[in-house]
Amino acid sequence: MPFLEENVDVAVVGAGHAGCEAALACARLGLETAVFTVSVDSIALMPCNPNIGGSSKGHLVREVDALGGEMGKVIDRTFIQSKMLNVSKGPAVHSLRAQADKAEYSRAMRQVLENTEHLQIVQAEVAEILEEDQHVTGVRLYSGAIYHAKAVVLCTGTYLRSRCIYGDVSMHTGPNGLQAANHLTDSLKNLGIEMYRFKTGTPARIDGRTINYSKMEEQLGDARVVPFSFTTDPESVQIDQVSCWLTYTNEDTHEIIRANLDRSPLYSGVIEGTGPRYCPSIEDKVVRFADKNRHQVFIEPEGRYTNEMYVGGMSSSLPEDVQHAMYHSVPGLEHAKIVRNAYAIEYDCINPQQLYPTLEFKKIKGLFSGGQFNGSSGYEEAAAQGLVAGINAAMEILGREQIVIDRSQGYIGVLIDDLVTKENHEPYRMMTSRSEYRLLLRQDNADQRLTPVGYEVGLISEERYQALQEKIRKIGEEKERLEAVMVGASREVQELLESCGSASLKTAASLAELLRRPEIHYEDLAPIDPARPELPCDVIEQAEIDIKYDGYIKRQMKQVEQFKKLEGKKIPEDLDYDQVRSLRIEAVQKLKLCKPLSLGQASRISGVSPADISVLLVYLEQYQAKKHMDGTV
Amino acid sequence: MELLKNDTIAAISTAMTSAGIGIIRISGEESVEIAEKMFRPGKKDKKLSEQDAYTVHYGTIVDGEEILDEVLVLLMRAPHSYTAEDTVEIHCHGGVYVMKRILELAVKSGARPAEPGEFTKRAFLNGRMDLSQAEAVMDVIQSKNEYALKNSVHQLKGSVMKKIRALREQVLYEIAYIESALDDPEHISLEGYPQKLCVKVDNFLKESEELLTGAEEGRVLREGIRTVIVGKPNVGKSSLLNVLAGDERAIVTEIAGTTRDTLEEQIRIRGLTLNLVDTAGIRETEDLVEQIGVNRARMMVKDADLVLYVVDSSAVLDENDEEIISFLQDQNVIVLLNKSDLPPVTDADRISNLLPKPVISISAKEETGIEAFADLLENMFLDGKVQYNDEVYLTNARQKAAMEEAKTSFEKVKESIELGMPEDFFSIDLTAAYESLGQILGESMGEDLINEIFSKFCMGK
Repeated sequence: MPFLEENVDVAVVGAGHAGCEAALACARLGLETAVFTVSVDSIALMPCNPNIGGSSKGHLVREVDALGGEMGKVIDRTFIQSKMLNVSKGPAVHSLRAQADKAEYSRAMRQVLENTEHLQIVQAEVAEILEEDQHVTGVRLYSGAIYHAKAVVLCTGTYLRSRCIYGDVSMHTGPNGLQAANHLTDSLKNLGIEMYRFKTGTPARIDGRTINYSKMEEQLGDARVVPFSFTTDPESVQIDQVSCWLTYTNEDTHEIIRANLDRSPLYSGVIEGTGPRYCPSIEDKVVRFADKNRHQVFIEPEGRYTNEMYVGGMSSSLPEDVQHAMYHSVPGLEHAKIVRNAYAIEYDCINPQQLYPTLEFKKIKGLFSGGQFNGSSGYEEAAAQGLVAGINAAMEILGREQIVIDRSQGYIGVLIDDLVTKENHEPYRMMTSRSEYRLLLRQDNADQRLTPVGYEVGLISEERYQALQEKIRKIGEEKERLEAVMVGASREVQELLESCGSASLKTAASLAELLRRPEIHYEDLAPIDPARPELPCDVIEQAEIDIKYDGYIKRQMKQVEQFKKLEGKKIPEDLDYDQVRSLRIEAVQKLKLCKPLSLGQASRISGVSPADISVLLVYLEQYQAKKHMDGTV
Repeated sequence: MELLKNDTIAAISTAMTSAGIGIIRISGEESVEIAEKMFRPGKKDKKLSEQDAYTVHYGTIVDGEEILDEVLVLLMRAPHSYTAEDTVEIHCHGGVYVMKRILELAVKSGARPAEPGEFTKRAFLNGRMDLSQAEAVMDVIQSKNEYALKNSVHQLKGSVMKKIRALREQVLYEIAYIESALDDPEHISLEGYPQKLCVKVDNFLKESEELLTGAEEGRVLREGIRTVIVGKPNVGKSSLLNVLAGDERAIVTEIAGTTRDTLEEQIRIRGLTLNLVDTAGIRETEDLVEQIGVNRARMMVKDADLVLYVVDSSAVLDENDEEIISFLQDQNVIVLLNKSDLPPVTDADRISNLLPKPVISISAKEETGIEAFADLLENMFLDGKVQYNDEVYLTNARQKAAMEEAKTSFEKVKESIELGMPEDFFSIDLTAAYESLGQILGESMGEDLINEIFSKFCMGK
């Protein structure tokens, strides 16, 4: 039977947050790229919460931007409220979070895709991955059409054999009632890929006209908005913002839930997938935290041009009638009309330990994957992986070295390393606590950390790269100056210190020494620092943070040095762990499964002990010396 | 993970028995520097760091003012040593107790207690060993590691494990609280938290303190009672030591002030181990060498678990005795009225008036009174007269070092709170403390924190 046949360089399966970044990266690197989606109208859809960023997720967006990704730029154009979280809690945990106009976000991203050279959008369901001798060769669509490709990036999100559930209602659809992708799973299983089934959920959307806001607390955006992208003009994001609203559940709500738990598909066993612990449904919260007599509920707009409001904190899969009663028991929602019910969604994803940290499948060359398909959750986590998978698919085709961002370079590194190394039994969410070097991985220095990588790859322009170099030079100069300029214990200085609530000086001190006092900020020192040069805010911010937290930063850098040593010890892909004498059996099994690329990665596998790592280290030394002698290296 | 650290490590390289000579080996970049901190050269202005490789140096190992032992120090420089790193060997008088003290001092001065097999591993990795030896090395590492872990954890008594575990859990709770508040600032507030944490950290500090003191007290039982013998010259200290030790250890003469070096002997009496140290006789003196001995004795008394104050019952108490009595008041003392074979001049009542401590009449010469002394000793240490808790102790230098690290981290947390640093900085050092405590138990952070956050705090959309 005749069918359509096309040739591309890269096929990207799915056009959500991962797929968009992957496709853009490949096309921008000059590769002919086709991105497949079951619905062109759902490109970059935000089917759950209406925001981008938040604690640690904001870091990811910054890092995506620093590498040359798109998410930060698009949210800067389409946000309707923005906040810097944790401002008083230390620079490492400052996190940007913006409320998005969902429809606008989706439209803006689609526009970027449509206007990118070498990129074509195809509305179709990919049904099969084609391969020969463990090399990917393309994809076959449900229609039978074949797209030959040198690399394929899988970003199927929550669409694989997805099922939406509330009460005893169960529908075989993707999020928002969209068409599920029901065929690809079998093809993947035939390739020997191990699948998991995960579950997540979303709360109801309510008609804003039926909400009584007078019973809620208003939540405003920041007076001065900071953009996500390092390339966005800060003046362009000072817009009129919308409000969010805060209300609470109460004992009545909890009673309604408790009385109907037996009708929840979660508790009755209808849902098989594993759900995330960090965004529990309201019924989960009521059961697990029984001592709490109320839970926060955030009412957030879905966009500027819709009345729909998102009910943050109350996701559920309880039956429709219970949902109505439950939402109506919340102050301000007594007469609320529900536009869309809350539901749980189950979907197929993979065990990500089958991937290298480059996000390429160990089993099949040229096959990459990113996003929720890899067992993560969240738009930002998806974008970050999509970008890395896209870059590495391109690198492979171009015959260049693939990138691995390590744990000391970025949250992206932590995210991917955790996914491919550790056992993961629930949708993975980024958290600041997962990053051991977070004092160095701040959202404010993502450009210094990763833009050089993006430049090397080819996604960052020469101009942007030079601007960064200039910024780094200025930061260095200002730090030197602050260390060098001394102030004496003059009356002016003492008065200034006193006005800041700081102890007076006994002997002369450098400006840097004063800046190290927590209560003193760069701006405070202006009166006693007349020779201060005119500098951009971002330069001042970096100089101040570097000086102020110098001691802590140095300690963390020492830890990173140690980490780098183990990370630098590479393990050959063809290493036969059965041949390594003295490794414990459990360690051999885990190592064979994970195939770590470095000793550092091996050391993070649960079930591999420090002694096993010592043994491996000794073996590797021997192995390399032998290879060297054989002349095979 | 200690693996690829090229930091400086130290270990006792000879068997842990009372051999004639014991060797403490220090290897790594800072080994000479560390040795220099604890070594007092025989020749005053000699600096170890300026000496050539393959040279031997005579001197003493000192902890502050206290002299631990008379030693020879061997200097080797990279790559010409067993590990191919800068290496210092300290050859001391092989008592188990002295070797341990010197090792502890090396750790205090900046070395890390070596992992099992680590010297050998370094030797291998630095290319000092033949490849054919690699597999043997691997076997050693694996078996030693497993043995060490099993052993060190087993050595910890149940109640110590429980204490450390409980402390660790409390620390984890605080980290998880801070982390969840940072991850979900809208649901969990840190309002007023630093003050609360400050109280808790004070508690953590107190508990670490107790565990470390416990380590010290446990040492009494395990390694023996640090016993110092004091008394005026020629009251019979050395002969008494000899009676207890059972051989001619100290030089005994009739000339006052001949016992100048600190001597040590381990003796066992009814299940108790006494590490006996004889000191120079104490009296006002012009003799510089002896003056040092006297000062040293005073220092040692301070550190001692038990002081045996030997008094010549055939002589009157003079100003020298008063001097001694003045610095024994707060110590754990047994007064030994020696020379009970001679006509008594000073009796127990006279002493008790000046120094309210138990008194035993004894004759080193006739070996009488030894039983009464043993009874008292047993009473004192086995019936709880001396306060110690035999359950709470950390067994080895590694565990102790890890505990010290945890304590230092708690201190840093406190400092951050007092400085008014943001909350994120508390969790950095709390996490370090948690990891250190984990090292004692042989456990790592893994997914503990994430699990704690999810189980204790209600987060999320």
